[in-house]
Amino acid sequence: MAQPRTMFEKIWSRHAVVARDDGQTLLYIDRHLLHEGSHHAFDMLRKRGLEVRRPDRTFATPDHYVATTGRELSANQDPERRRMVEALEHNAAAARITLFGIADARQGIVHVIGPEQGLSQPGLTIVCGDSHTSTHGALGALAFGIGASDASHVLATQTLWQPKPKTMRATLSGRLGFGVVAKDLILAIIAEIGAGGASGHVVEYAGSAIEGLSMEGRMTVCNMSIEAGAKAGMIAPDDATLSYLEGRPYAPEGEQWRQAETYWRSLPSDAQAEFDREVGLDAGDVAPMVTWGTSPEDAAPITGRVPEPAEEPDGERRAAVERALDYMGLRPGTPLAEIAIDRVFIGSCTNGRIEDLRAAAAVVKDRRAAVPAMVVPGSGLVKRQAEAEGLDRVFTGAGFEWRQPGCSMCVAVNGDLVMPGERCASTSNRNFQGRQGPRARTHLMSPPMAAAAALTGKLTDVRRLAPGG
Amino acid sequence: MEPFTVLTAAAVPIDSPNVDTDQIIPARFLKQPRGDGYGRFLFHDLRRNEDGSLKRDYILNRKPFAQARIMVGERNFGCGSSREGAVYAIVDHGFRAVIAPSFGDIFHNNCCKNGVLPIVVSAGLAAALRGQLHAAPGATMTIDLEAQTLAAPDGAAHDFAVDPFHKHCLLEGLDDIRLTLEYETDIAAFEASASAEAPWL
Repeated sequence: MAQPRTMFEKIWSRHAVVARDDGQTLLYIDRHLLHEGSHHAFDMLRKRGLEVRRPDRTFATPDHYVATTGRELSANQDPERRRMVEALEHNAAAARITLFGIADARQGIVHVIGPEQGLSQPGLTIVCGDSHTSTHGALGALAFGIGASDASHVLATQTLWQPKPKTMRATLSGRLGFGVVAKDLILAIIAEIGAGGASGHVVEYAGSAIEGLSMEGRMTVCNMSIEAGAKAGMIAPDDATLSYLEGRPYAPEGEQWRQAETYWRSLPSDAQAEFDREVGLDAGDVAPMVTWGTSPEDAAPITGRVPEPAEEPDGERRAAVERALDYMGLRPGTPLAEIAIDRVFIGSCTNGRIEDLRAAAAVVKDRRAAVPAMVVPGSGLVKRQAEAEGLDRVFTGAGFEWRQPGCSMCVAVNGDLVMPGERCASTSNRNFQGRQGPRARTHLMSPPMAAAAALTGKLTDVRRLAPGG
Repeated sequence: MEPFTVLTAAAVPIDSPNVDTDQIIPARFLKQPRGDGYGRFLFHDLRRNEDGSLKRDYILNRKPFAQARIMVGERNFGCGSSREGAVYAIVDHGFRAVIAPSFGDIFHNNCCKNGVLPIVVSAGLAAALRGQLHAAPGATMTIDLEAQTLAAPDGAAHDFAVDPFHKHCLLEGLDDIRLTLEYETDIAAFEASASAEAPWL
């Protein structure tokens, strides 16, 4: 009998073009996604006089530098930012790469539109010059972020040299409790294993709590794999994956769908497959999470308190907590639910999909925001869908801003900034120092939790706010 | 890229764990063309006051570390964003090696692509090296990539492991695209059989 294999192993071996004795594999890349940050990679290619080998395997959209105040290029007031969008348009056109430009309803955050367009499929290798490429693993793909040199390598050769990563399985058993969503699950995992806890590993998320997640929820989980240091995150394709994919523009049809389905159904890890490492968590024990520090590992249940550095036995950890609290302007022992905030951001590749907006709108409905709050849909199609459902009116009626799609305040390079010293409740993925703007203070949380914070003006346990349960 | 063989240089200790690439270079500088140089952006917001002046007490601004070409960090150094600009800032500032107990994977790879040698050592050795560098600011270390040894400020020699492929590329200053193009026949053959197996792509 053949050796039992993990899903990762199946995808890896199918894409190995050359395996060298020194441990390096030349891995074939099925899909290469680009955003404005690709300008360095194109410059390198030009310098070497090389062409894009497979423009048909390459897809581009502007997301990082686009203005969210309007869709025309002139809405982008800053000439340098405008130039970034124009450079992508120019590079894509010159290489005959499909571009979902800013005037196109399909434009959006690259990790939202890949799945949305059916570009991200089970069993594919997908790369992008962006660390949150792990998102696409939610469909059962091997997807990971790369730097500019590697992006130029993929543009030129459609391959990458890679050492084989290790495998980890994260089993989330049980069921999510009321008010607890995918974001809470991944923050709980990162808090448990640490910001470098999955370093060098491809993580496969499994177990009943994962199987019970929608595709959007699975994307949220896989998206933040990088915040635990993982090479990639992935989830086995199942009926939910296939019904999500069916009918999407780049998904196969007819006989080709049947062929593809046979391959996709063969992908889940074999029952006896061994992983280099196993971790587990009971989803029923997870409460709505918020971060208090400057690393995604600094996450705790909303019912908890800001940690006491003095109680940290490890000296280096103590110093790190002290530095984080100093930056965040927080006093040890403060109940997390008493922390006042200045603004709210709902959006990003982590939580800018339709389900996220629905969950936030359900909390907001018929209430008023107490602090400035903005909602930035992950793509033009998410925006259109939300408007068809009336979600935009729920948000604007509550005093939230309803913006055009893009990365916006998650990476804060398009002009959407948290001001120095301000505290933001954010559905994004990084609470790093200065991430949302110089001296900005970020608390990460789920869309319903961010919505609840907007209504009360402080970090809030959404379970105490929402009706029912 | 510039080959890496033997480096003797001052080293600077960076004590925090989880130094993310947003700290190494804030995202707002990534629009700059590479030709303009990225060295001035290194640790920009930690290093500078809001008016752009240098903070005198920040470690990289202290005189003994001005010529440093080696960084000794803590666990998960270079985590977060895939921005290669972080490595451009490091190399353009003059650094050629980063030593830490662990690295963000993408950052580690980006280092190798830009002639910067990332060296993984035990947490204990990293802490000891940082301690020696704090005790004797401006102390030098020697890194010999071919021999895979580093000499600490206290003179003790330590072996380190390095991926043979990365070692080869760094020693030769090799560009891996050139190497890959030699496999053109294999890539073309792979594409032919893959498109037969997965015609829907």
